[in-house]
Formats: sequence, structure tokens, C-alpha cells
Amino acid sequence: MKILIVGCGRLGSYLALSFSREGHSVTVVDVDKEALASLGPDFQGETVVGKGIDEEVLRRAGIEQVDIFIAATGYDNTNIMASYVAKEIFKIKNVITRLDDPKKAEIFRSLGLNVISPITLAAEAIRKCAEGLLCTSLSSAEER
Amino acid sequence: MYIIIVGGGKVGYYLGKSLLESGHEILVVEKNPNRANFLIDELGADHVWLGDGCDSSTFEQIGLNRADAVIAVTGDDEDNLVICLLAKQKFGVPRTIARINNPRNAKIFAHLGVDVTVSTTEVIEAQIQRALPIPSLVHLLALKRGGIELVEGRIAPGSPADGKRIRELGIPDDALVVMVVRDDQTIVPYGDTTLMAGDEILAVTSPQSKEVLKRIILGK
Repeated sequence: MKILIVGCGRLGSYLALSFSREGHSVTVVDVDKEALASLGPDFQGETVVGKGIDEEVLRRAGIEQVDIFIAATGYDNTNIMASYVAKEIFKIKNVITRLDDPKKAEIFRSLGLNVISPITLAAEAIRKCAEGLLCTSLSSAEER
Repeated sequence: MYIIIVGGGKVGYYLGKSLLESGHEILVVEKNPNRANFLIDELGADHVWLGDGCDSSTFEQIGLNRADAVIAVTGDDEDNLVICLLAKQKFGVPRTIARINNPRNAKIFAHLGVDVTVSTTEVIEAQIQRALPIPSLVHLLALKRGGIELVEGRIAPGSPADGKRIRELGIPDDALVVMVVRDDQTIVPYGDTTLMAGDEILAVTSPQSKEVLKRIILGK
């Protein structure tokens, strides 16, 4: 699969390295050259320096051939705009949008974006974990 | 009209000031506290809101749903897009206007239903083109859905339009000459209006027909 990732921070670089390790063809776009360099020698894919909302930059990154587009920068608005450019201008079917603000995540999900909200996911996971602990402490209290 | 301006930089400040002077109800949203204080001193506390204009809770607090228009003039195109999308799609604001810094972004803004985009880069370019004695068709405004542009140009001597009636020019169906300025006279033209070299014309056109129009008016 051809995968294009916009944003090479913690999330973007993690995704880039793991997809690349699995043998997918990965291209990463970031405004920061250093961030792209941090992918290291293990990374087998391509990198492009530039803004992920810019059509020309995305074209240079080969967006016209990608199967999956992931907007994973730390800026919600950049991710929203990049996703719309991918969806509406380049007609990419599989577009995944990272949005940190849970409210914005809800709104843009209802407007048709495929949104992943790390904050909501983490909060849910932590809740589950905490609930497990609460249950254990309850049952151990009963045993006593 | 109740107009909300998001972004209190130079553009937002002067825009707010002039709309206020022409009697509109305005609110400038600015997230930088220092800048907001300056705006409060200049425009009055009733017309300034300290907060993040990209945050939907700000929009709820300022009563965005009763705004007649939202104008997004921050320095970041992605912020301006999100502001207009929230205003339009979530709060049903009838008119959204965005400043764009990269003219290439006009397409996606129009595609997503932002009513008007003003490209600062293109406005400056247009002003300079007008000041130079080079014949050209100057882009003035892009309207909704990428469809239509407002352009201005001057009929060049010897061009296909010089001395001809508008109906004879073969102007495409998706372009229309809407105003002719000759000396100090403004003419609303119709098919029988004869154009002359030196006439300044204002036309609406689709991007596809712009080149045809340019050839008719400038002769090249």
C-alpha cells in the first residue's frame, strides 16, 4: 500500500516507521527538515519538506497515487485543511484525520471526516484501566 | 449587521474600525491578551473578545449563531478555513469571508462553501498591476464554489473589442461584461453597447473563460 503521512512528530514518525517496516511504501511530509531527519536510517520511505496543506507540496509527495492519507500533525486546523485538500481536490478515499480537541473531533466527524482523537482514546483507555482497579479493590474489600 | 471578525492583527483592526464607523455591530476575536488590550483601548471593550477563534466554545459564548457574517483574517490559512467551516456548517452563519495568504488555497475554500476569499497576495499584485502601464486583466474577487471571478481590464487599441458591439465579440456564455467606465461615465452595458479602446470594463467570468475574455479585451 502507498501511504502518505503529513506531520512527522511523535505520532507521524511512529506510524511512518512501523508502516515502512511492514513493507508499505511510505512518504512523510513536514515543514521541519530536522523532524524528517529524525526518522533515521531505518526508514525506507520518502520524505518531502513543505506544508501539508499545499497542493503543490502534496503533488510532489505523490498524493495522486496514494491509497491512504493520514493527517497527523500536532495542529488540528492543519490536519483538517490537509484532509479536505486530500479528499476534495485529490479525491483520496481513505483519509484519516488526527484531532486533539475532542469537541472539534465531534464536529468534524459529523461533517464527514474520518477522525481519530488521541485524547478521547487515551481517556477511554485510562477509564477502563481505572474501572478495573476500582472493581478489584471492591471485590477484595468484599472478600475481607 | 452583526459581524464577527476573527483575528485582531492589522487587517482585523482596521476592518473592525471602519465597519464600526459605518454603524455595524462588530466583535473582534483575538487570542493574544496584549493585542486584545490594544484593541479594547482603540475599539472599546464591547467590541473585543479575548479568546481562540478556532475554538467552538468561543463561538457559543459570543453568540455566533446570530451573526450575519463572519470574517476570518488571521495570518494562517488553515485557521481561517476552520473558522469559516465552523461558522457556516455548525452555526449556520449566512456569509463567511476568509483572508487567504496563499492564492493556491482559494480552490479548497470555495469548494467547501466559504462564500468569499480575499487573497492579500493577489490584492497587492493587482494594485501594482493597475499602477503599471501594462495592459492586463486584473483579478478582483473570487466568489463562492470556485465558479466565478470578478475581473477588471482596459480595452486595448486594436483589440477584438475595440469599436465592436458586445454581442459581436463571441464572449463565452459563462462570462459577462457588467460595467463599462468611459471617461467619467459609468455604463451598464447590454449587447448593443459598443466598446472603445480605453474603456475600463468590469466582468464576471469562470476561470476557464478568463483567457478568452483576455484575448478579446487585450488582443493577446
